[in-house]
Amino acid sequence: MAVAARPPRYLPAADTALVVEFPDIASGSVLDDVLDEVLCLDAAIARRPPPGVLETVPAIGSLLVEYDPLQTSQAQLRAALDALLDQPAVAPRAGSMWRLPVHYGGDDGLDLGEVAERCGLTVAEVIDLHTHAVFRVGMLGNLPGLPYLTGLPDALRLPRRDDPRAAVPTGSVAVAAGMSCVYPVTGPGGWHVLGRTPIPLFDPASDPVFLLLPADRVRFDAVDRTRMAELDVAVASGWRPEPER
Amino acid sequence: MMTAGAPALRVLTAGLLTTVQDGGRRGLQRYGVPPSGAADTEGLWLANLLAGNPPDAAVLEVTGRGPRLEVACTSVRVALGGDADAVIEAEAGPPLPAWSAQTLRRGQRLRVGTVRSGLRCYLAVSGGLAIDPVLGSSSTYLRGGIGGMSGRALRAGDELPVRLDEAPPGPDLRLDAVPATASSGEPLRVVLGPQDGLFSPAALASLLASAYTVSPRSDRVGLRLVGPPLPATTTEIASDACVTGSIQVTGSGQPIALLCDRGTTGGYPKIATVISVDVPRLGRLRPGQPVRFSSVDVAQAEHLRRARARFLNAMHERLRPR
Repeated sequence: MAVAARPPRYLPAADTALVVEFPDIASGSVLDDVLDEVLCLDAAIARRPPPGVLETVPAIGSLLVEYDPLQTSQAQLRAALDALLDQPAVAPRAGSMWRLPVHYGGDDGLDLGEVAERCGLTVAEVIDLHTHAVFRVGMLGNLPGLPYLTGLPDALRLPRRDDPRAAVPTGSVAVAAGMSCVYPVTGPGGWHVLGRTPIPLFDPASDPVFLLLPADRVRFDAVDRTRMAELDVAVASGWRPEPER
Repeated sequence: MMTAGAPALRVLTAGLLTTVQDGGRRGLQRYGVPPSGAADTEGLWLANLLAGNPPDAAVLEVTGRGPRLEVACTSVRVALGGDADAVIEAEAGPPLPAWSAQTLRRGQRLRVGTVRSGLRCYLAVSGGLAIDPVLGSSSTYLRGGIGGMSGRALRAGDELPVRLDEAPPGPDLRLDAVPATASSGEPLRVVLGPQDGLFSPAALASLLASAYTVSPRSDRVGLRLVGPPLPATTTEIASDACVTGSIQVTGSGQPIALLCDRGTTGGYPKIATVISVDVPRLGRLRPGQPVRFSSVDVAQAEHLRRARARFLNAMHERLRPR
């Protein structure tokens, strides 16, 4: 993995995990090549797992490697990861392109007006910016199947809400922290909700269970209430979108 | 006789928060699915040991006050992992001792009252609960609405299927040792980091010198701790992965020790991580209880873990007929 400009840092999470942190994640701005380094190491571990590795959790700038301390030690694991990092890069999966319909505003997007006001834009401009961006799934985390989407236009950058909501509804499409996300299940959240997509991102009864994966790209399409109602019915009867490529 | 999950235990009352848990859901954190499973894994293992089950078999996790259950199969052996007020209703016999098993016949009713020591106890049944796994585990993940009884806590009227219609032969056992149930006053041991670099030396010193109190707003997601604030130099980091035992510090400077239903990733800096031998103790802490921390290094944590594994492996030699 000679692509790395500087070697990653190892940070212990006690005696069961090691965080491999890749440098050059400028605070707030997320670089696709850092994500590539994370996914390359993840793919290398999947191909030849060092002894004792239980699972890995890719994030945008780091990879967490969870291990069984009764089967290995952190010192041995670090040596094994050093060896993997010295080898030629393993290409991660290429990723697919998805288009997700969204109904912006109204009951589905409680914060749309406030986001427009705080960003100095009209509601139409917010929707226009959000639907023209090509997002990339940087990681899944926090809740089952929740994608952290990089590629948010700078004009829509806002910090998280001061008063997080206890229950953000399933399908809510939101922005904060320089990213966009979709809530796959109802859960607590502090992001600004712009709209709702009817497409389930987490469905234990369906195959695949998780619709989006890291390195996938996503575009949102604005749809009206009538189309939303049709899509809700289609989804309830089992319809799922296909990736574009 | 093996049955395909015949109803064996009828839930008369559910208790405060009783859920089906096993060894947890592994390998799915990369998709945002937390491990869940027993909050006190030692309680789970020892309950299953007493019931003659594999260590990670599905059991009931009882929180605070337990359920009333009626036996609806020929017989079942139940094992109490922990210390709770457990009695067979309408019978003159003594209560079920801590860390012991008891065979019950059809129609008998078990009442698990208050957990006397710690916060949780585990109720295993011989053969294990026959709950269909979801994503590889029977564990209930309440926030995700999956596992256990339709992704929720037990409620009155539920019927819990078990794998055996009849208790296996052999005596009821007890443990001739008293494993910890309460989290003792000893400090919880942590390894500093992964983001200790985002805290001042004064904040790190404060973490290790102060007493924190477990907030009533604590659950299987995390223990909220109240005490001297631990300001970080940055309040938001690029979200990265957490582990059970991560101590994250929110914008207000208050620490939260993450438990097994936690988010898989988080955007708050993590000042320290509870070492693996002390993670089960997190599951025993009650609201209002004081907590202190002390720091060890990774090699010490690994040494302590190996010693604890030897201790637990030797527990089968401490089984005695009642």
